[in-house]
Amino acid sequence: MYVEQISIFIENKSGRLAEVTRCLGEAGVNIRALSLADTSDFGILRLIVDKHDVAQKQLKEAGFTVSKTEVVAVEVPDRPTGLHGILKILDQGGVNVEYMYAFVERCGANAVIIFRFDDAAEAIKVLTGNGVRVLEGERIYSM
Amino acid sequence: MIWNDDFETLPREAIESLQLKRLRQTLERVYATVPFYRERFQREKVTPDMIKSLDDLRRVPFTLKQDMRDNYPYGLFAVALDQIVRIHASSGTTGKPTVVGYTRRDIDMWSELMARSFVAAGAHRGDVIHNAYGYGLFTGGLGAHYGAEKLGASVIPMSGGNTKKQIMIMQDFGSTILTCTPSYSLYLAEAAADEGVDIRDFKLRVGIFGAEPWSESIRREIEEKLNLKAIDIYGLSEILGPGVAIECVEAQKGLHIWEDHFIPEIIDPDSGDVLPPGELGELVITTITKEGIPMIRYRTRDITRLIHEPCICGRTHARLERMSGRSDDMLIIRGVNVFPSQIESVLMDIEGVEPHYQLIVEREGNLDTLEVQVEVNEETFSDEIKVLQDLSGRIRKEIKDLLGITCRVRLVEPKSIARSEGKAKRVIDRRGQF
Repeated sequence: MYVEQISIFIENKSGRLAEVTRCLGEAGVNIRALSLADTSDFGILRLIVDKHDVAQKQLKEAGFTVSKTEVVAVEVPDRPTGLHGILKILDQGGVNVEYMYAFVERCGANAVIIFRFDDAAEAIKVLTGNGVRVLEGERIYSM
Repeated sequence: MIWNDDFETLPREAIESLQLKRLRQTLERVYATVPFYRERFQREKVTPDMIKSLDDLRRVPFTLKQDMRDNYPYGLFAVALDQIVRIHASSGTTGKPTVVGYTRRDIDMWSELMARSFVAAGAHRGDVIHNAYGYGLFTGGLGAHYGAEKLGASVIPMSGGNTKKQIMIMQDFGSTILTCTPSYSLYLAEAAADEGVDIRDFKLRVGIFGAEPWSESIRREIEEKLNLKAIDIYGLSEILGPGVAIECVEAQKGLHIWEDHFIPEIIDPDSGDVLPPGELGELVITTITKEGIPMIRYRTRDITRLIHEPCICGRTHARLERMSGRSDDMLIIRGVNVFPSQIESVLMDIEGVEPHYQLIVEREGNLDTLEVQVEVNEETFSDEIKVLQDLSGRIRKEIKDLLGITCRVRLVEPKSIARSEGKAKRVIDRRGQF
């Protein structure tokens, strides 16, 4: 039920993002979704890619600090209050969202949101218990 | 003006014969009373009676800051504690300070040398001395204070900080002499401007600045912004505190070191050999009148040269060229001694932090800034911003707790700090570039 996300530490200076994309491009890795969190000094680039093992190895070799995190991909109805409904369920279930970002592709008529929870197992239980669809990693990588 | 005409203008030969006499007395005393010196002299097969000329001093072993730490707290004292009337201390690498003790006569001597220094800087009775050096374990505040009283000037014991109040008092009390670090003087000028007052209109005539390295261009900036004569003073607690050497207001060129109380030597910091007159090297000082904690050939790590040419002020004591750096890696940041090894110990105590770090020291506006760059590795990295911010916050806090200075922590990518084959370049000091 989890999706592998890779995170990359990026110093706040020009050219670093381009270096990441160059590495991934050379390794034939395709980016499925991304989010960049930034502070004044550094940023954290989070990626969902089609081949996360290849991506991680390639980036490490290029000298980046890379880590893998398990995140959850949730299908969200693509209409007003769609996301709100999901967040309400999570709130009622006492699950805390660390961060989230939207997926590029749609899954049928629905949007896909990537969630990072403090307790992913509990989150999945709460979501599926309320009839929300959580997408498998394999499905996401190949979307 | 000269405070002590008899001693400050002694002919060269008289200075040297006085130095030799006092040196031999000092060596005999420490040999008899301080086990550390006796053992070290014996190891080097030196006895005090072998020292028959000032040239022979080079046969005597050096004393290092480490020796003070090894003999913490009182091991180097040459008198019993009941003779000590004052104890000061300065920061050390392991958090243990370097401790110095003064007998009543030491305090009198120190007051005399500070009074001489004030007069050399152009101060006199009737002056209002605004003393913004820190009072406390640091020697600056009390050292300057006693000298000002000895001189007979009116001293305001401001100590550091509380800048708004400093400005108000300086203005209302009509301070004529300012004593503080050079960077703080510029900060005062800036803060006064923020308050809408022009410090140039104050009665300040002379500023006596020390406790951190500063350049000629900073001197010009201070003189212009505060409308006073900026005088460089030198001292270190191991030797005495402020008042070891000072520029005269007449020449403002080189700092007269009080040679009836100290013997300065310039050595090659690598070989330890005494260098020919006029050459640039590390300053080594021997105290020849101090009772509490005499220092024999103390390696100051400060880089300078000795100037023996006569000075227009009439003083015959040799001058030290303004310090051009330090032979070890100690940093003085906002008047606080900082060793890279102290910061290293903070970093190494935090699990997962890489031993690769770099310290960037700059001057922003008028204050020294310290940036600590730490490489992020897989162990410390997280996909969550708050985890990394907690890490830098923790490093910042622990450095503040240990050293009392605020720094900026910057997390950088692995391998982005230049590696070195030999001694790592831990410090980039950009303050000299003015």
